[in-house]
Amino acid sequence: MAILPNRFGLLGVAHDCALAGCLVLVACVGYGQTKNSCLDCHAALPDPLGVTQEKFSQDIHAQKGLTCVSCHGGDAANDDPDKAMSAKAGWKGNIERRQIPQLCGSCHSDPAYIRQFNPSLRTDQLGQYHTSVHGQRLAAGDTKVAVCTDCHGVHDLRAPSDPRSTVNPVNVANTCARCHADANYMKGYSIPTDQFTKYSTSVHYQALAVRGDLSAPTCPTCHGNHGAVPPGTDKVQNVCSNCHAFQDQMYEQSSHKQAFQAASLPGCVVCHGNHGITYPTDAKLGTGPEAVCMRCHTPGDKCDQARAELLVSLTKLDQAIRNADKALALAESSGMEVSEARLAQGQAVDSLTKARVTIHSFRTDLVDQDIQAGLKIAAKDLQTGRDAMVERNRRRAGLGVSLVAIGMVLVGLRLYIKKLEG
Amino acid sequence: MFAALRNWFDERFDWDNLIAPLRHKTVPTHRLSYWYFLGGITLFLFGIQVATGILLLLYYRPGANEAFESVQYIMTQVKFGWLIRSIHSWSANLMIFTAFAHMFSVLFLKAYRKPRELTWVSGMLLLFLVMGFGFSGYLLPWNTLAFFATKVGTEITGQVPIMGKPMMIFLRGGEEVTGATLTRFFGFHVAVLPGLATVLLLLHLLLVQRLGMSVPPKLEVQWTVNPSARREMTFFPNFLLREMMAWYLALGVLGVLAAVFPWNLGVKADPFVPAPAGIKPEWYFLFMFQTLKLIPSKVWFIDGEVLGVLAFGLVGLVWLLLPFFESDQPSHMKQWITGLAVFALAYVAGMSVYGHFAK
Repeated sequence: MAILPNRFGLLGVAHDCALAGCLVLVACVGYGQTKNSCLDCHAALPDPLGVTQEKFSQDIHAQKGLTCVSCHGGDAANDDPDKAMSAKAGWKGNIERRQIPQLCGSCHSDPAYIRQFNPSLRTDQLGQYHTSVHGQRLAAGDTKVAVCTDCHGVHDLRAPSDPRSTVNPVNVANTCARCHADANYMKGYSIPTDQFTKYSTSVHYQALAVRGDLSAPTCPTCHGNHGAVPPGTDKVQNVCSNCHAFQDQMYEQSSHKQAFQAASLPGCVVCHGNHGITYPTDAKLGTGPEAVCMRCHTPGDKCDQARAELLVSLTKLDQAIRNADKALALAESSGMEVSEARLAQGQAVDSLTKARVTIHSFRTDLVDQDIQAGLKIAAKDLQTGRDAMVERNRRRAGLGVSLVAIGMVLVGLRLYIKKLEG
Repeated sequence: MFAALRNWFDERFDWDNLIAPLRHKTVPTHRLSYWYFLGGITLFLFGIQVATGILLLLYYRPGANEAFESVQYIMTQVKFGWLIRSIHSWSANLMIFTAFAHMFSVLFLKAYRKPRELTWVSGMLLLFLVMGFGFSGYLLPWNTLAFFATKVGTEITGQVPIMGKPMMIFLRGGEEVTGATLTRFFGFHVAVLPGLATVLLLLHLLLVQRLGMSVPPKLEVQWTVNPSARREMTFFPNFLLREMMAWYLALGVLGVLAAVFPWNLGVKADPFVPAPAGIKPEWYFLFMFQTLKLIPSKVWFIDGEVLGVLAFGLVGLVWLLLPFFESDQPSHMKQWITGLAVFALAYVAGMSVYGHFAK
């Protein structure tokens, strides 16, 4: 106020007060326009009615400008609870579980609306949900099944890409397990509740949780998310082949394909299992506890002989690679340069991996092609390692001769000096 | 036959007269005389470096896409290529070691005193050049360790106030260590540094020949008081034959190292992978590297690394000019210089060991 010349005395003071009062009034009006009166009360309420400003600010909808009113209706600008939550203000109150998919879908099924926020976000979630076991049961009146908020959360809902989201790849299996691993909750559905326990021991879980590979499969990868259903027995192969394409190609050529179909067996699951898929080893082809072939085949039959032949081939290449590795490691520890052979060893390992994939054709001739290619490389690398050791010994022998020659020169020089000075 | 050949040269070039100065040149004989061999051994190793370096040049190709493969080819396909490369690498390390040992022996025997100030200065400049040879040559195989060591080393250069950044860009041939750095370092290693080293080496040898071998101060006093106590041997052939014995010994050590512990090639450098954990420079830079690691990030208002670089620069300058702080009279010799030498030796050795074992 210093810019006003202080020459009016009391009149000047009154002018200053009036101006300050106006500013406070403007500030109050402004505050009233932006405030969310819902949170004033709900922040103090216990769960499930409690929603704090801090919690709601984490919600992706809040971040995109949506408010309580967007879902619940009412008038958030009104400080009077009766008016704010009146039918006149369009207040919907608590959303019934059976209404939730429809409510979410009112925006998420509208491409024009969603495009404003995220043009690449799909808008078929509601349609898919209706095809899911969850959706069909809900339609039949079962309100225990999952609706949108059960998986995505509510009031602090985060984008799936957020590692804290309940549907982020690293969390989604836990989210499914909240219901599916709860034996009490699942009572009456006649499905097992050990899927998550089994999944936690699987190679897929290891890839996700230990190696941090976010592309590793979790529940929705095989079952779908919004349209979640168990894959049918005859469709399992299609699900697995999304990632294991080469194994699928080989399986298509195999005699097992038709045999499994005829017996209504679930393809890949017959040998590998489903939720608890462990790292496949060559022992699956053996006759021990991990063996799978002999569950169906008779010892000594044609298939058993082929199995034994395949196992021998794989073991032979595996051993050849190990032997070459050992020889190269020994050469390297002696300071010999064998990096080219080391590089070639990678190709031998690739051949072994390819042979293990080709196994799914159950054709010994095809597998043998990969085995022979790998054996050839491994044999060459083994020879390189052995040659390097021969070369090392030759060098040391050469060194010995050189040291003797140097020693003789030293003795000669010493004698010459002695003679010269003597 | 040898006599006939000698006569043939003598008739044409007056051979006897030519080598007469060598015959007249003498080397003092006392209980510390064996330290005199260190300079000669360093010279011998330098000769080995030149010879093996020229042989490596026949196959080595400077360039980010070829350097590693060409060294690999030398080590696996070229007849005795492994031996030449291994000897070149081991000899480089031994040469730096003997050069350091030579410097400290000169310091402890007070051989840098008047009139040998310039011998010391030329020798110190040669030591800096030898370290430059080591730094530039280390990158040439273009393996992972060399790549990241060069990155760290040139980054430290960049810490020098005002001139640091331009110097770093000059050394790297750009903002980053790339194939351009390799080509540049190759140029330094095979052209710039050898040229400078040859000139300085000739000057150093000329000064040694002109001024003769220094005698420790106490002995000098004794020999001045009692000239009959003075013991000497002729340089040619007596001292030279002994020096040759030292060279042969060095050759034997080199052979053992090269054959039993061939120099590793490592993995080809990949600028896009992160630096391996716990990467360290070669042992002769380790004491400086470890010191820089131990200095706090801020000392008062100065950046710790900048302070370290400036301190090493100052110490290097003082070291170079050390003879000018010393008296030429044995009775007035400065004890603090010997104390400083002892401290420097302990510091370099201690920090190098600490740096080797530190994580």
